[in-house]
Formats: sequence, structure tokens, C-alpha cells
Amino acid sequence: MEILVCVRRVPDTSENEIELNPAGNDIEREELVYSVNEADNYAVEEALQIRDRVGGNVTVVTVGGEDDEEVLRRELAMGVNQAVLVSDEAFSGSDGRGIATILKDFVQKGRYDLILTGVQADDGAAQVGGMLAAMLDYPFASLVNSITEEDGKLKVSREIEGGNREINEIDLPCVLSIQTGINEPRYVGMRGIRQVASVPIPTLGASDLGVEKDSIGEAAAKVKRVDYFVPALSKGAEMLRGSREENAQKVLELVAARGGLK
Amino acid sequence: MVGIYSPSLSSEWLVPGRNLFLTIHVLGVACFVYIVAKRFVPLVRAEGDPRFDRPLTRLGKVFKFWLGQWKHPRYRFAGTLHILIFAGFLLLATRAFSVLIVGVSPGFVMPGLSGESGRVYDLITDYAATIVFLCMVVAAIRRLVFKPARYAVPAKYGKSRTADAVFLLGLIAVLMIADSLFAASNAAGHALQDQPIEALAVFSLPWMLKIAIGSMPLATLWALNVTAYLVHEVTFYFLLCYRPFGIQFHVETSLFSIYFAKLERGTLKPVRWGVPDERLDQVKSFGVKTFEDFTWKHILDFYSCADCGRCADNCPANAAGRPLAPRFLSIKARDYAFQHYPVLGKANNGKPLIGNIYSEDEVWSCTTCGACEEECPLLVEYIDKIVDLRRGMIDDGNVPQSLQKPLKALENRGNPYGKMEKKKADWAKAEEFQRTCKVNTVDGNNSAGTLYFVDSITSYDDRMHSIGRSTSRILSHIGEDFGILGAAEKDSGHEVRRFGEEMLFMALRDHNTDAIKASGVQRIVTSDPHAYNALKHDYKDAPPVEHISQVIAREVRSGNIQFHRVENEDKVYAYHDPCYLGRHNQIYDEPRAVLDAIPGLKRVEMKRSRDRSFCCGGGGLMLFYEPKEEQRMGVLRVRMAAEAGANVIVTACPFCMANIEDAIKVAGLEGTMSAIDLTELVDQHMVREVCPVKAMELETATCGG
Amino acid sequence: MARIFSYIVHKGDTVDDSAAELTAVARRIDPSAPPIAIVAGWGAGLDAVCNSLLSSYGEVWKVANEALDYPNAEVVRQALVSVLPPNSILLVPHDHFGIDLSPGLSIKLNAAFVPDVLGIDGAEGNSLRVVRQEFGGQVSAHVRCDITSGAVINIRPGAFKPEQVTPISSMIIDKSSAVGALTARRRYLETIVAEAGNVDITKHSVLVSIGRGMQEKDNVVLAEELAEVLGAAVSCSRPVVDAKWMEKSRQVGSSGKTVKPKVYLACGISGAFQHLAGIKGNPFLIAINKNPKAPIFQVADVGVVDDILEFLPELTNKAREMRGVAAK
Repeated sequence: MEILVCVRRVPDTSENEIELNPAGNDIEREELVYSVNEADNYAVEEALQIRDRVGGNVTVVTVGGEDDEEVLRRELAMGVNQAVLVSDEAFSGSDGRGIATILKDFVQKGRYDLILTGVQADDGAAQVGGMLAAMLDYPFASLVNSITEEDGKLKVSREIEGGNREINEIDLPCVLSIQTGINEPRYVGMRGIRQVASVPIPTLGASDLGVEKDSIGEAAAKVKRVDYFVPALSKGAEMLRGSREENAQKVLELVAARGGLK
Repeated sequence: MVGIYSPSLSSEWLVPGRNLFLTIHVLGVACFVYIVAKRFVPLVRAEGDPRFDRPLTRLGKVFKFWLGQWKHPRYRFAGTLHILIFAGFLLLATRAFSVLIVGVSPGFVMPGLSGESGRVYDLITDYAATIVFLCMVVAAIRRLVFKPARYAVPAKYGKSRTADAVFLLGLIAVLMIADSLFAASNAAGHALQDQPIEALAVFSLPWMLKIAIGSMPLATLWALNVTAYLVHEVTFYFLLCYRPFGIQFHVETSLFSIYFAKLERGTLKPVRWGVPDERLDQVKSFGVKTFEDFTWKHILDFYSCADCGRCADNCPANAAGRPLAPRFLSIKARDYAFQHYPVLGKANNGKPLIGNIYSEDEVWSCTTCGACEEECPLLVEYIDKIVDLRRGMIDDGNVPQSLQKPLKALENRGNPYGKMEKKKADWAKAEEFQRTCKVNTVDGNNSAGTLYFVDSITSYDDRMHSIGRSTSRILSHIGEDFGILGAAEKDSGHEVRRFGEEMLFMALRDHNTDAIKASGVQRIVTSDPHAYNALKHDYKDAPPVEHISQVIAREVRSGNIQFHRVENEDKVYAYHDPCYLGRHNQIYDEPRAVLDAIPGLKRVEMKRSRDRSFCCGGGGLMLFYEPKEEQRMGVLRVRMAAEAGANVIVTACPFCMANIEDAIKVAGLEGTMSAIDLTELVDQHMVREVCPVKAMELETATCGG
Repeated sequence: MARIFSYIVHKGDTVDDSAAELTAVARRIDPSAPPIAIVAGWGAGLDAVCNSLLSSYGEVWKVANEALDYPNAEVVRQALVSVLPPNSILLVPHDHFGIDLSPGLSIKLNAAFVPDVLGIDGAEGNSLRVVRQEFGGQVSAHVRCDITSGAVINIRPGAFKPEQVTPISSMIIDKSSAVGALTARRRYLETIVAEAGNVDITKHSVLVSIGRGMQEKDNVVLAEELAEVLGAAVSCSRPVVDAKWMEKSRQVGSSGKTVKPKVYLACGISGAFQHLAGIKGNPFLIAINKNPKAPIFQVADVGVVDDILEFLPELTNKAREMRGVAAK
């Protein structure tokens, strides 16, 4: 099976404190550490496991710049067969739809049976996978937490409310967005990255993909972020400021008054 | 021993006795040589291990641990038994040899043992054989009736060894009886023929047997003599050839496992001997994945394990119910070697070790506390093997998710918590603290004589900030010209290395070494025993390092630090030896001396202390690992303190502090038990008005007036 | 401005709470035109839903088709594309269905898409300004969306207070015939219900809920002891389940259970919206967290900044005293 995984380099939320920069127009990026989006990493692991089960090839692609190569290299160290960087000045400022357009043009340059993305990244949009599927006219399923292969089709389970799982059968080729926790990704250490340090990562630009210039970039974006801000704190909670004992006492009184402590 | 009728002259068999016994000799020796040669095969295929250096030191160890049986008395009863058996074997060796030769060459006497010396030797060995025989009986009773817990084999590890053990004990007993009967029947025969009788040691086994058979006719005595001889010879050679098939192989291999034993504590073997760090990228595979990835010494260790269970008995992971018991690491590997490198048949390639004879959890469960290595009478090494197995798993990407997060954080941020570098020195910058004690950062521009290496947990964990502050105040009080690296300091990498991530460790080590060199300090002090051990043993170019307890002890001795009376007279203190301060670096006395210098402080010793200290649960990455266990190690340790009558546990390691304070809560002992770090205790009791001379000279004093 | 449609999520004949929330959103976008409810489904349940919507939506478009019996986003999408007029604005709740449906739908409609909106600033001509969050809720962002050719807007459940509007007139328009053949290259097979577990947190009126702040599995017992003396149950947030400290059946949140207790103690929970999405009915929320800046304090009624590992035992002991049981 030919599998493509779309990945993205994002600020690592667990190792960063996200704050506004002094100018107030962006987040403070100076000391951020970046890594591959967590859900995308789960997607790559899932792709590798599928490949190891049924044979085939796993390719990872990202839309970005030089900085994003480190993420591609990390996935190469994880075991994918090839990694591609899609980069062009014309891409900058693209919104989610623009990115999906670029990826669609990339996909159409190759032949893939299965395309995976992580369910969402740091902007919480959860959109590129679904958009890509619609542009390619492939069936789509989001929040996938289990994949099995059956007679040339896939059986996927989606995570829905209450911890329930919605089981679907989906035709190939298709696009799936992968939820975290679907598997246990293998570890990639410094040694692994060093071993793939000299593997070439081809870069493709807008003309290589035949991307229509007016479908991408800032000019084409219909959705644009205006700024970042931290909302003025509403009144919020009434904070208890006594000693621990006093606070505990007050909390229990409040609980009792509302039916607890029976 | 002069026999009237030498067995070599016997003619009861189809062939003359001499030929029969010669044939048995030749067959027995040939068999043994062949078996040992086959046992050598995996050693030849294994990785190299340079153990041929420092012969004098190694001989010293042989004297102490092999000849001197140094570790054995740690288990009093079994140890005494073994010392007796071992001494008996050594003494009987020459006698056995003589007896064997006598069957081929009548009248053979060992050179140097003719005449008086021979007679004395015979008397001594009469008693030796008797004692060995009695020990066999006692040992068998112990195995069959009393069944000490440490010999038990849980079902998942295999079958019980009791039958095999009793079989071997029985065979040795038979050997002693055969030897004694041979001597007894000789003496009885001579007596009947009015020939010079060699004296048998009074009340020895031969002596008693002689009385039993003394009145039998000569023909019977002759028959007994020859039968005893044959039994002796066959049993001897059977044992010789049987030993390499089980734990009794340690009789032969122990000398070598001890000679080639590791000479340094606290160090780790490199990824591959002979490959320097710069060339590690060329190594195809890191760590131990298949059996042949072990070094020859490690395989020798597997052969040498006597399955005595002392290691597992002291292993804290085992006590906590984790799926790890060190002796089974050895026994399972040994069985694997026997199966895949059989004496009869071809050697065949095996599958990977993890998932077959070892489980992942088994290998991750180890805290590298060293209790097993401390206990083992054969000096079998475990930590290097565990680290090598982990290196293999890391290389294969097979790492539990709970460890992947802190490893990634270490790679990105230089600490397992993922906290920002610029916040590393925040503990020292807190306003209130800054007023009482100024802690400077050292780098290329500001230097100091001494570096206080704080390391990750003390820097980033709210609770441990107190240790950092107490240590700083102490250093300040004694007038130490010190500073910290601040944001330039990354995790020492001690556990990173012991969890098998060698490359990440090297990156951390190199970064820290550069920062230390740039700072221009001449020595290092730390309050973290893991950092201490790393700087001492894992870092190559670091300045000399001391643990804060050593510094305090020295200053107490010289009078620079004095204490006022202990604050709470009701408290009973128990000192818990951290593994990386105590066992691995043998710093037991300094912390105790410090505690004892506090007037009125009541201190008790836990049953398991010093080199028998019980690991708190482990430090560094071990804090993140989620083991399968029945109990926490910390809880077991806290109960030990309560048993000793203590209500305060004093420790000298921030990881011990974290585990023990946690354990106090989990055990439900809050209010009755508390924990305090040595530095905090010292900080609380230091007399500030006494201003050390050094401080006044350097005008850095923050003490007194 | 184009018409605004609310996609109505329903289970059988029950309308989801989001329907009322979407009404409020529509009014923020265009106060002049009431939104149209669009309901897809099949059979008697669908009819029941349409009827019950008449009291809050003036116009209800019914899209009935056997293939829509189970809300399969792949099929619903096709139906909506056939039915929606060009340049429409469609509001969809940002839940597991909205995530599945909307991105692809926006492409097929050639409309803009904005996910997970939690605030509407307003529309200026063809530009709509909304509020989103990024980085797990650590920062907010104003976003502009060009709605010239319409938009699909996913709304964060619970972010908008439901509004009940009594329409002047109300009618159900059956748009089923506009739907052509519906192909399904993704077919629904079944739903596997999560294991019940021995405690049903949805049935408890007081919940002691724990988050990552508990630090390790062995500390969960501190919450259990408190719950016992309060007559409550222990629930948790997703990271606790991921770390395998508690079963999935204890999880409160968008991918867990929805609870409606009277009192909710959030212990060591940061307040991520996926968790809060599972708390309905506006309970009395008490938050305890070491971090004074934790978002939970924005939505809590009462807050305590403290280490839960210390505070919970204090609560337990005090509670035991109050109940007359000897403190341990």
C-alpha cells in the first residue's frame, strides 16, 4: 500500500510556555522548541505499522521551509521510506484551504492509496484532512483511533462522544485524520536522527506541483488571523485566600449547602 | 597412601584394574575437556571485553573474594556452610588427585606429601571430608525441610531446583563416603595383615567407617576397597562432567569470574569496548539485542551464577513485586546458552532476547541501585547488562511512552520536565532568598573557585528548591567562593545514560563539560548523588567533585561548622543511605558524622543500611517510568524506618526525598513520619554566629554580624 | 447578507443542546434575519425533531432520505450540497460530527471555513470577525473570514449561551426531493459502546474530578477517599485516562461522558475546553489548582490556589470531622 502522511512542525505545547510577545501582535517565539505535531506523529506510526503488516511504502510530506526539514528527518529516522519538503515563497500566508490545495496538487503528482493526517495541530483547526479529501474527491473519516485492512478496504473506528467508537468501512483511496492514542509510537533518539542525516530530502516548489498561483498564498486566503490576544479576565472564580484549613472549611460548607456531604 | 592391594592391581573386571581405571581417567578428562570447549564457543563469538589489565589488583580480588570468601558471611548460616565446603574442597583437591592416580600407578605418593607431612595432610583431609559430608547433609535438610525463600522459583521462571540441588549434594556426599570408605578399608586391611596402619583422624568419617568394617574378613575388605575406589572414580568424573550443565559450573568458573570482575564502582561499560565516542556513529547496532551481543565476561557471568538468590533477596524491585529478579537474568541467559550452544549438536542462532527470555518491563524495572552486585559472592555484574539491554531497546525504538516524553524534553530543553532553560536558576533568584544569600552565576565573565552543580530536580521541583537554598547557605557560611551555571547547566545525564540513551547522554555531557570549562572553576560540589556519580565517573574532563555531605563533614571536623542543640528532642532520626552516595561511592560515614555532631540528636540505624541500604525507588528518569509493581519501594523503606523506631528519615539525595515524601503519604504515615534532607537539617542547626576564618578572609561571609 | 442555516444535531427524536446555542450565534452574525434550521435524517424521529424545532426556529428545512438514517458525515455532506442555496452561511457544532463534516463541506460549497469559534465580534460587509483559540487554549485570536461566497462555521459547544427565540411564524419545508443519489464510499457499520465500568459518573450529583495535577496513579486514592466521605464519585479528564490511572468510563469531556452534577470539584484540572464541554447544567464549580493562571479559574465559581496533593487530604480530614467520623 502506498501511504502518504502529511505532517507539520509546531511549537511543542508541553515544553513551551505560550505567551504574547511584548509587541502584542504574535506569540513570543524566541525560545520556543518545535517538534512534529503530536497527532501527526501518531499518524506516521500508524502508517508504519500498516506498511509492516501489508507491505508498501510510507512517504511523509510537509508544507513549509528549511526549518521544517528537521521534522521530516525525524520521521525518516522513525522508518518512513521517503520524505518530501514542499516549499515556495508563494505559499506563505496560505490559510487551511490553501495548504490543502497545495497538498492536493502534491498528491496528484503521485499515486497514494491512503493519506493520513493528524486530527488537529496547534491551531486546533482540524481542517486540512477533510478539505484535502473533498478536493481529491476521496472518502474521509476523522478522529480515527483504529484501522484494520479487509479485502482491499479499510475498517476504521472513530472516536465519538462518551468514549464510544463508531465503526465504519471505507473505500480506498481515502483520507483519514488520526486521533492521538491510536498506538504507541516508537522512540526516535539522537542516534536515529544522525543515521538519516545525509538522506536527501527533495524540495518541490509551486511550479513542480503545478499549483495555480491564485489559489494559494495570502491573497487567496479567505480566513486570516488578525492578532493574538489574551482575553481580559472576566470576574472568574471567587478565590479563597485563607489558610489551607480555612479554605478547606469553606469549600466543604459550600459543598454541603448544595447537597454534598450526605 | 600406601595400599597393600592397590586397585590398579585388581583383576575382578574384564580387564586389569589399571587399564580400567586408566580408561575411565582418559574418558572422563576427554569428556570434560570437550564439554568445556563447547562451553567456550559462545564466549568466542561474543563481544570483546578488556579484562586483562591490572593483574595485581585482580589477584588481590581473587584472594579476597575467592580464597577469602569475603561476601559469604553476609548470610551467616549459608555463608558458613559454604566456607566450610569450599575450604574442604580446596584441602581435598590434592587428596582426590592422589586417589585417582593410585588406580593407575600403585604406590603413587604426591611429591612433598611423603612421610610426616603426608600423614598430617591425611589427618587434615580426613576431617575435611567429614565436614564436607556433614555440610552436605545439613544443606540437603535445609533445601528439603526449611526451604529458604530465596531459593524459590516462581512458576513463570521455570521449575524448582530443589531436586537438582539435592541430587548434587547427594553426589558430593557419595564422593566423600567413597573416599572415606577407600581409606577406611585400606587401613582395616593393613590392620588385619599386621602391616603399618596409617592413622585415621579420630571421629572422622574414615575413622568411623573403619570401626564399622574393621571386623570383616579380608576378602570383603578388599571388595569394599575396590568398589569404593570405582565409585569414587566414577562419581568424581560424573561430577566433573555434570558441573558444566548447571549452577555447579561455578566451581570451575568462579575463579575466573572473580579474576575478571569489574574493578571500578559506579562506572558503566562503553557502548562497545575499543570504539571511542567519535566513532560511535559507525557502530551498526547499539546495545544487546541478541545473546552474542553480550561480552564474553557477561556470558561467563551467566555460567557462574550459583542461583543462590542473594541478589534477588536484596533487589528492591523484586521486593516491590516488579517483574525483575537479577538471578533469573543470569539463569535464563545461561539456559539460553545451553540450549543454543549445546554440547551435542550444532550451535544455532536464536531470536532476540527481549520478548523471548526477557520482558521489556523486566529490563526497565531496574533502578541500578547495585544491591545485587554488592551481594553476589561471585561478583556477577548486572548493571552493565541491564544498561546494554536498554541500549538495544532504545536503538530499536522500543521505549515505553512514559519515558519518551521526558527523553524528548531532555533533548529539547535539557531537563526531563520540559521547563525553560532561562528558569533554571529561578530558585536562587527568589527575592526572600536573595536577601539572605546571593548566588552568582559563573560563566566566561564571572568565575569562581567552586561550582555548585545543582542539576534538574533541585532546580525545577518546588520542593527541592529548599535543598538548593540550604546548600547555598551552607557554602556561603563556610566562605566557599562558589557559583552556579544557571541556564547553561543541562541535566547531568546520569539516568539518561543508565536508561540506554547514550547519544543523548553524550550531548548533555559535552554541553555541560564545555560550560564547566568555560566557567573556570577548579572544583565542583553537588547536593545530588546522581550528579555526583556522573561527574565523577561518566564525565571525562570534569574537575574533581565532592558531595555536600563530604564538605560539611570536613568543616564540622575542623570546627568551622558548629551546631546548636537539636530543635525537637522528641524526634528520632534514621539516616537513609542513597544508593549513589553510599553503595556506589562508599560514602557512608560522613553524613552520619554530621548527624552525630548535632548535640542531642537521637539517631537509629535501620536494619538495612550502608551497603545493604534499600533503594527508595530510583531517580532521574525512573521517576517517570510507570512500573508494574505490587508496592512502592519507598513505602517499604518508610516502613523500615518506622520499624527501627524513627519518626524522621534523613536523606542526602533529592530523588530519595521525592520518593520518600511521596511514600509517607501513600503509606498513610503523614503526621507520624517525616523526611528531611541533610542540608536542610544542617541549615536549620548551624550556628550562624561562628564565622569561619575562610569566610572572613574572602569577605564573602553572610553569617554572624 | 446570505441566509444563515443551523445544522441541527439530533439523536433519534431528541434535539441536541447545540441547536439553541446556534440560534444565539446566528443573531450575533445577523440580528435581522433569523436562522433556518436544517435537519437531516429519516423516519418518525426526523419528523418529531422538525416539529419540536418549530418553537425556536421560524423555518425548518427537512431533508429526509433513508441513507441519512444514521448521521454519516460523508452522506450528509452530499445532501447539504444539494439543498443549500449558494453563498449560505452554515453553523455547525464543533464536535466529532462537525469535525467530520465541515471541512470537506466547505470545499464542496466553495465556501470559507472557520473551525471551533467561541466568539462572534460581528460582520462588516463581507467580512466576519470571530474569536478562536490556539495552542491548547493558551492564547486567543481574532480571525477574519471572507464570507462573500458563504461560509461553514463550526461553533464550540457551550461557548454561547443558548437563546430561546419565539418565532413569529414557523413552517417546515421538505427539501428531500432536492437530494439526488447519495453514494457512500464510507459506510456506517455499528457503534461500540464504551464499557460501563462499575461507577456511572453521569448519575452522581457531586463529582470529585481529577486531572494531570495528581501526578501519579498512586495519588488517585486521595481523591477516592474524599469522594467516599462526600458521598461523591471520582471522575477525571482525558490525560488521566491516557496515563491509565483511571478507566475511560470516568472521563468527563467531549470524547468522554457528559455529566450534569450539582457540585463539581475540579482538582488539578487546567480547564481545557474539551473537558469543560462535558460539564452541562451549570453546576457549582470549585477549582483547586497549583497554577493561579489556570484557565479553569475563569469558569469556576470558587477557586483555591493550592497543591491538590496537600489540599485533598485536608478536605477529607475536615469532612470526616464534620460528619462526626474520627479523622484518620
